Amino acid sequence: MSSDIVIRAEGIGKLYKLGEIGTGTISHDLNRWWAKVRGKEDPFAKVGQSNDHTVKSNNDYVWALKDISFEVKQGEVLGIIGRNGAGKSTLLKILSKVTTPTIGNVKIKGRIASLLEVGTGFHQELTGRENIFLNGAILGMSKAEIKSKFDEIVDFSGVERYIDTPVKRYSSGMYVRLAFAVAAFLEPEILIIDEVLAVGDAEFQKKCLGRMKDVSENDGKTVLFVSHNMAAVKQLCTLGMVMRNGGLVFEGDAQGAVNYYQTSHETNSYFEHIGELQYAPGNDTIRILKFEVLPLQGEMISVSSGIQFELQFFNKKKGINLDATFELRTADEIPVFHHGALISTNNDSIEGVYTVKGKVPAFILNAGTYKFKLVFGENQRHVLCLADDFIQFEILNEALGSNASILPGILRLDIPYQISVKD
Amino acid sequence: MSHKTEQEENWTEIIGPKAKLLDLRLNELWRYRDLVLMFVRRDFVANYKQTILGPIWFFLQPLLTTVTYIFIFGRMAGLSTDGLPMLLFYLAGVTIWNYFSETLNKTATVFKDNAQMFGKVYFPRLTMPFSIVLSNLVRFAIQILLFIIVWIWYLFQNDTIHPNYLMVLTPVLVLIMGLLALGLGMIISAMTTKYKDLIFLLTFGIQLLMFATPVIYPLSSLPEQYQWIILANPMTAIVETFRYAFLGSGTFSWMYLGYSAVFTVVILLLGTIIFNRVEKSFTDTV
Repeated sequence: MSSDIVIRAEGIGKLYKLGEIGTGTISHDLNRWWAKVRGKEDPFAKVGQSNDHTVKSNNDYVWALKDISFEVKQGEVLGIIGRNGAGKSTLLKILSKVTTPTIGNVKIKGRIASLLEVGTGFHQELTGRENIFLNGAILGMSKAEIKSKFDEIVDFSGVERYIDTPVKRYSSGMYVRLAFAVAAFLEPEILIIDEVLAVGDAEFQKKCLGRMKDVSENDGKTVLFVSHNMAAVKQLCTLGMVMRNGGLVFEGDAQGAVNYYQTSHETNSYFEHIGELQYAPGNDTIRILKFEVLPLQGEMISVSSGIQFELQFFNKKKGINLDATFELRTADEIPVFHHGALISTNNDSIEGVYTVKGKVPAFILNAGTYKFKLVFGENQRHVLCLADDFIQFEILNEALGSNASILPGILRLDIPYQISVKD
Repeated sequence: MSHKTEQEENWTEIIGPKAKLLDLRLNELWRYRDLVLMFVRRDFVANYKQTILGPIWFFLQPLLTTVTYIFIFGRMAGLSTDGLPMLLFYLAGVTIWNYFSETLNKTATVFKDNAQMFGKVYFPRLTMPFSIVLSNLVRFAIQILLFIIVWIWYLFQNDTIHPNYLMVLTPVLVLIMGLLALGLGMIISAMTTKYKDLIFLLTFGIQLLMFATPVIYPLSSLPEQYQWIILANPMTAIVETFRYAFLGSGTFSWMYLGYSAVFTVVILLLGTIIFNRVEKSFTDTV
């Protein structure tokens, strides 16, 4: 059946110009126009390359998206995952008509509403009430529609008391709640959501996830959802898509996509130097050869798997007290621990390759993105070598009961509660 | 067996690289009419909240400008006012010109001013310039009220002004003026997305255009052989007709006014086409 397909993307691609935009474009414009007149291809689009951020290309143009084709059926919830810069946001921008594809096209059946950001068009000077109407209209609702849902929106946001206060006096939490509430009561056939759930407190996140589930399951709406919260993707989505460097690398069910993302080194939780020693990261004393972060048990790093890490490095300085310190930080640069391994304590280090293994048990670290920093030292005082943000990895969330939102805090403990009751 | 065609599948929308040249998407604008009104309201509330004088500024602005003009152009430079009282002569010009220049100024920077919002959510971009035309219209209505008060006062005071039946053309003049500003503004705003220099030129250009319009001098004060230059400016006929209708002195001709109307229609059509083409991809260049 082709009739229940509501989105069909056919080979869409998006070409971006790198560097300064606006200077020298007149000559490029003329070149393009001249090529067009002669019926030739766009001279700048021809040599576009895939969007691999790590390779510096000498080309001014880059494909942020390349050759993306997929279909979504009525009522399906598609989760889109990938690293930052994989092209997810560009794809959503095209689907929500904020920008156009350079090639290919997308066919859509029904009204689309997109939430690339909550509170778009909110005006600081206007009251909560006025902003509900303004924001609703921006998102495509008519005045009558908003009026009929006004009470529900206010109720959902929980800011009744301040509804006639200018939003500039709102706390950031109230602001976000009000903004999401407007969006949550849109009634489009297709809803596009980009990471908006990363805001608000845990309780509100849970409410949002619940509302999304409601929209897709009970109202039969089609939802496209971009998120870094793998537990939410697994719980909410029926389909999953993994993107890398502007291309589609996996398409399948949500569980499969999450598994693929976690096991395919999509997060750079693995480093191994291949080639000559002198080119390995480090300096003349220390060369880092390998560093990897793996789950302690199971296939994927999650709050319940624990992590183990392995560092392999070459040391040149003989006869010293050598130590290696692992510093773990969250994505927001909050230090989690700074912990050293004493490698040699009797001034007896040797020139050679050392391997250090360590582990963090399950149910300590909360879900999120973490970074390792490595510090090599002498006598626990003098720094020999330092590697910032060496490895980045992600810990998957796991639902606590029916709550799939990421709980606040750095720790995610498995607290054995004892519950008793009296009457 | 698949014999499906695009029609059979009933796509409501196809997002592709190019827009159709003559697809003005005015129906979409109509569907978002509530949004246009919401923007108008927002402009008002946001502008005058927390100002002490509030909407009184609507009156003060043209009055202060007029007083300045009386001193500089009337007293010091001694420019002709066609035998009309200076206050009335300049106030008429300023009121009309303000509407045009304010509208043009705001519509010409639509993309720049709203880049943040346009980059995050889709709604027909045309709603923005349209709402600017409307919110300035409300402003204009208040300002013309001021003019009419002054005008009535003069009407009973002495015999220098002679209004005539052409006053019924006022709504037409306002319409032409609004649409002209809208059309020009859309063309300029579309071009500023790529060539930002235009924004700097804009203020200067509008200033220059004012001197090329009979705002501070009557058309009749110019030597006959140079009048055509000023008459090529579509705003000339508007200002002159307005003065002729209300004050009884000035130049009026159906041909001049017709020229302004045709000019406006062409600019408006061109502006809408260019604007619609640019709105699809401007987020990549701004």
